[in-house]
Amino acid sequence: MSRYLKTADNDWYKQRIIGIILVVLICFAALFMRLFYLQVIKGEEFRRLSDNNSIRLQRIEAFRGIIFDRNKNMLVDNRPSFDVSIVVKDAQPVAQTLGRLSTFLSVSDEELLEKIAGQKGILAYKPVLLRQDIGRDSMAGIEVHKYDLPGIEVNVKSRRHYLFGQSAAHILGYLGEISANELDSGKYPGVRSGDLIGKAGVERSYDEYLRGRGGGRQVEVNATGQIMRVLKTVPSRPGRNVVLTIDQAVQMKAEELLAGVTGAAVAIDPNTGEVLAIASNPSFDQNRIVSGMTHEQWQAFVSDPLKPLTNRAVQGEYPPASTYKILTATAGLEEGLIDENTEYCCPGFYRFKGREYRCWKRGGHGCLSLVQAIAQSCDVYFYQVGQAVGVDRLAWYAKTFGLGTPTGVQLANESSGLIPTAAWKLKRTGEPWQEGETLSLAIGQGFNLVTPLQMAGMAAAVANGGIRYQPQLLKRIETAQGEVVFQTEPMVVGKVPISPRTLELIRQGLWEVVHSDTGTAKGARFFDLHISGKTGTAQVISRKDDEQEVEDESEIADHLKAHAWFVAYAPSDAPQIATAVVVENGEHGSSAATPIAREIIKSYLLKEQLQPVIVANKEPVAQP
Amino acid sequence: MFDRHFIQYFDWGLFTVAVLLGCMGLITLYSVVTADAAAAQKTLVIKQLIWFSVGLGFMVVSFLFNYKQLDRYANGFYALCILMLIAVLFFGKYVGGSKRWLVLGPVSVQPSEIVKIAVIIALASYYSKNAYTRGFTLRQLLIPVALVAIPFALIVAQPDLGTALLLVLIAGSTTVFVKIEKRSFRYLIFSGLVTVPLVWFFLKDYQKRRILTFLSPEGDPLGAGYHIIQSKIAIGSGVLTGKGYLKGTQNALNFLPEQHTDFIFSVFAEEWGFVGSAVLILLFLLLIIWGLNVAYSSRDPFGTILAVGISSMIFWQVFVNIGMVMGLMPVVGIPLPFVSYGGSSIATTMIAIGLLINVSMRRFTLE
Repeated sequence: MSRYLKTADNDWYKQRIIGIILVVLICFAALFMRLFYLQVIKGEEFRRLSDNNSIRLQRIEAFRGIIFDRNKNMLVDNRPSFDVSIVVKDAQPVAQTLGRLSTFLSVSDEELLEKIAGQKGILAYKPVLLRQDIGRDSMAGIEVHKYDLPGIEVNVKSRRHYLFGQSAAHILGYLGEISANELDSGKYPGVRSGDLIGKAGVERSYDEYLRGRGGGRQVEVNATGQIMRVLKTVPSRPGRNVVLTIDQAVQMKAEELLAGVTGAAVAIDPNTGEVLAIASNPSFDQNRIVSGMTHEQWQAFVSDPLKPLTNRAVQGEYPPASTYKILTATAGLEEGLIDENTEYCCPGFYRFKGREYRCWKRGGHGCLSLVQAIAQSCDVYFYQVGQAVGVDRLAWYAKTFGLGTPTGVQLANESSGLIPTAAWKLKRTGEPWQEGETLSLAIGQGFNLVTPLQMAGMAAAVANGGIRYQPQLLKRIETAQGEVVFQTEPMVVGKVPISPRTLELIRQGLWEVVHSDTGTAKGARFFDLHISGKTGTAQVISRKDDEQEVEDESEIADHLKAHAWFVAYAPSDAPQIATAVVVENGEHGSSAATPIAREIIKSYLLKEQLQPVIVANKEPVAQP
Repeated sequence: MFDRHFIQYFDWGLFTVAVLLGCMGLITLYSVVTADAAAAQKTLVIKQLIWFSVGLGFMVVSFLFNYKQLDRYANGFYALCILMLIAVLFFGKYVGGSKRWLVLGPVSVQPSEIVKIAVIIALASYYSKNAYTRGFTLRQLLIPVALVAIPFALIVAQPDLGTALLLVLIAGSTTVFVKIEKRSFRYLIFSGLVTVPLVWFFLKDYQKRRILTFLSPEGDPLGAGYHIIQSKIAIGSGVLTGKGYLKGTQNALNFLPEQHTDFIFSVFAEEWGFVGSAVLILLFLLLIIWGLNVAYSSRDPFGTILAVGISSMIFWQVFVNIGMVMGLMPVVGIPLPFVSYGGSSIATTMIAIGLLINVSMRRFTLE
């Protein structure tokens, strides 16, 4: 036992060190043997490979995933594009080779020569892209004369193809070359400089899935660049297919309705939060971005005052105007400040602290109950409700409806909107809140700003009994073989504190907006299908009460005209769709936005079929 | 301090081998950068020269004091290094997908390098006080395991799997050196076999993927797998006597990846051939055996274990790096001591050599 617990002494350590030295010697013997094998036994073979620089690397691109709408209509796929490149070292004599090549490409050989200027030394071994997307005829010509064109390669590259042209451009997004910052971020494993990644929209949000994984081939080439043998191949893995919640028929209907105006329309399923359509006009054509724009074209595009790249449905912030009265009414009822019998009388203005706050209806609405006030959108009624509730309680209710924070839909750069509180104003401007400002707030005309998607969410919450679902664009992700990899489930992100009684009153009011004879949105009626909604007319410039009357509305410059709103859901008794439409400078909600919402609802509920307006896969123009 | 004994006992052999290896590294690095078209690369030789000189300074500092004092400060030094590793996670510089560097004014340091020395010292301190010939039991090993697990986890988080693995190899071999009790050893092997699949089961997909790429980089033909082929061509094409200094073509054509760091041996072997490479490897072997001899001669357990730990650090780096570039081992990002470009690496190696000299020159003094 004493021997067993003997303290380790120097002799004991020495024995063990000798053991270690033996292990080290064995390991180094292995290194020497390997070195001898590589340099002496196999040396000459490696020397030959090295002299020819004959091991080349070829990438096998992954097929990017396809994007579908909810009904499995293909929205985005890939088409082959033929790119010509040259390996200068293999193309001797270069001038002659390029001269021949130019006849197939309808481009002068000077232009081609310019491309390879400076490809000396190391660079002579690297393929240089001469021309992309050369079209089938040119490709065939080059392939036939391949042996007269040493060092010339035609590579098939797949290019993104947006089947419906610029439809859903803001949702789908587009691709672009990965930037240095993105490369450094470590978020794009396996992506190399020059590769395309999703830069916007779904292409960006689900890039990780759509991208797939590139493969590669190590090949041995001879002196003219012909492949002698393939040493190793690792196949690529195609990207996942993405099925969106978008209904392309509804989407296109919305876009068609918005054509010619600036604005946005959103439709969501109130029972799941699935986004059915997000249209924003003006839009852009992704196929143009794919085939490359010149710097000037891009600059002009980006600096367009109408901002076609902006997705107004999630990035546009607008005063909610009278659509906000849904919220003011809810707050008033839930706080117990009003009930169904509460009546206020509207003489066309409301006098508060010595100032007159006008109703939109100059002559006044007379005495109204809550439901009537909603239906006729009486400002005076809601001035008084809002004043009773106060700015901070209004803000609290607004938050429960999801206003003032990004909805979290899977699109980048979403705006949050703005729900002011007294504290916010003090911090922002250094001035205390004025009670009069609460009045403007109550009718959605103050500091408050919302996005169309937020308002659609509000309509959905009223429609489904107060549940706030996360708006989602993704239905599922599938493998190329159709195996479901990921399935989105409806996600509840909040509950609006709204009692059944309140809900019933609000819904009654919203129904009467469309179906009562005095409602502000009679234009939304069709057939026997019942729609509930709320109009809004958001003034761009604040009309102070003492301001000069503008007698003729048409005298107002276009960009100063009010924005038109309509938020709605349908069918009224069992809602399946909630929508929000905003038309910039469209003036009255009832005339500009209401018909758009009605048609969107109609196309979804009546299951209008998608008209295949597929953009022809036209023979592309060769791009330098 | 600077008495006769100092000169008399100074380990000139270790010093000479270290300086020789350092010079070979600088010469090879010069070849790498002159072949490169990028002007930014040119300054690397100057930087490395500066680091090498600074390293020499560190080395001198590392043998001036009596190493036995390290025993006393082992924990403090260890704690300091761990703090630096934590700081990396928060304030580290992001390069190529991982955070490994701390930027301190004009210099970037890699704390995961110096932490290797801290762990060796801490282990030597613990083992030297508790060593029995029957070996360490599981319970006794709890502290060493914790000493390694903390920096290991912090380095994995960067992520730098190569350095983390190296840390385990160093600590493992030092522990095997002081012996693990037989039953505990069997138990450790057994529980290892059980837990690995279990841990695997709980890992997330992306974590699994990361480990798989680490274990079999050939799966990425454009990445590590391609590098190995090119590296083998470079080494093999050196044949017996090499292509000559500054004449390496694989190097010149930029076909080699990470030529100035992990793959620098390929550049050297291409230009100097079997003869040159054998000399380089022999020098490393000499250095390691010398280090083990220092351990052998030391009469103090702390000094012995310290010297074994440092020798194992150099051994594993040389063995894994050269084994990797010759295609014997998976591609692991571990630099070749003295030769690979990297300030923290060279400074750490020089400190390690300084400590070996320290133990060596005090082997006759018993205090």
